[in-house]
Amino acid sequence: MSDSEKAGTTQANGAWPLWEIFIRSRQGLDHKHVGSLHAADAQMAIENARDVYTRRMEGISIWVVESKYIHASNPAEAGALYDPADDKAYRHPTFYHLPEELKHM
Amino acid sequence: MSKALVSYLLSLADNTLILGHRNSEWCGHGPILEQDIAITNMALDCIGQARNFYQYTAQLMGNHTTEDSLAYLRDVTEFTNCLLVELPNGDWAQTVLRHFLFSTFQYYVYQQLQNSSDPQLAAIAEKGFKEITYHVRWSSEWVIRLGDGTEESKDRILQALDTVWGYTGELFQPADFDLQAQQEGWGADLLLVKRNWDEKIKAVFEEATIPMPATTWMHAGGKQGKHTEHLGFILAEMQFLQRAYPNSEW
Repeated sequence: MSDSEKAGTTQANGAWPLWEIFIRSRQGLDHKHVGSLHAADAQMAIENARDVYTRRMEGISIWVVESKYIHASNPAEAGALYDPADDKAYRHPTFYHLPEELKHM
Repeated sequence: MSKALVSYLLSLADNTLILGHRNSEWCGHGPILEQDIAITNMALDCIGQARNFYQYTAQLMGNHTTEDSLAYLRDVTEFTNCLLVELPNGDWAQTVLRHFLFSTFQYYVYQQLQNSSDPQLAAIAEKGFKEITYHVRWSSEWVIRLGDGTEESKDRILQALDTVWGYTGELFQPADFDLQAQQEGWGADLLLVKRNWDEKIKAVFEEATIPMPATTWMHAGGKQGKHTEHLGFILAEMQFLQRAYPNSEW
C-alpha cells in the first residue's frame, strides 16, 4: 500500500480525509448511511460522528468508513444490472407463510 | 453543613459555568466544522452542569434566589471558580490543553462525588460524570495529536503548557469549604484527586511526548474571589443582558 492509500491520509489540498458515517438507531437493526464528514483518523471520525449525528439521540452505534474505500456501481449500468430481475417473481419469498414469531423479514 | 455546602456547590458551578463560557467562544470559530460542533457541545455540557449546581444551591439558599440570579447577578469577587478556567482560550492548543487539565480534575472530583452522602449532589455528579468522561477522552486525544504531531503543533502545545501550567496548583489547594466537605463525607478528597490527576496527566503527556513540567510557583486566589483581570470581561459579556434588562426572558 503506497503512502497515499493509507487510512486517514491528508488529501492533496491539505484537507482531512472524508469519511462516510453509518448509524444504528435505537430501534433499528442495521446501520444506516447518514452522511459524511472530515476527520484526521478513524478515532476522530467516530467522535465527530458522535457530535454531528447523534446529538439528538439518533443512535447507539457508529460505523465509519473512509470514503475512498467505498466502491459504487455505475448508474449508467443500472439497466443491465437490475432490469433482468423484473420478471422473475418466483425469486420473491411470497409463496410461503411466515410464522407469526418471525419478525424483521 | 448548609453554609459550607452552598459555598462548595457555588465553586463547582462557577468552575463549570466559566469554562463553558470560554468554550462557547469557539462557536463559529472552530478549526473545522466538526470540531466547532464538538467544542460547542462540550460548552453546553458544562453550562448544563452549572445549571444543576446553581439550581440546587438556589433551593438551599431560598429567599427568592434562582439559578439566574446566581449566574447573572453576582459580581467578580463573589465568583469562586479556579483561575485556570477563566484564562483566555489562546489558540486551539491552549484551549484543548486547558480543557484536558481541567476536565481530568473534574473527572476525579465527580467520580468521588457520586458517593457523596448528599444524595442530590451525588445525582448531579453522576449525570455530569458521563459527560466529563467524554471530555477527557476528546481533549486527551487532542493533546496527544498535537504533542506527537508536527513541529508547529508541538511548539504550540509546549507554549500552551507554559501559559496554563502555573494555574493547575490551585485546583488541589483546599479552601475551607473543601476541608469541611471532605471531613463530613459529602465532598471530594482533593489529595486523592491530585494523586489520580497526576497519574493521568503523566500517562497522556508521555504518549504525547510532552515533558512533565517542573514543580513551580502556582497562582491561586480564585476560590477566595481574587481573580485575574479576565473574569471581569467574561462577566461583562455574560451578564450584560440581565443587568441591562432585569428579568428579561426568551
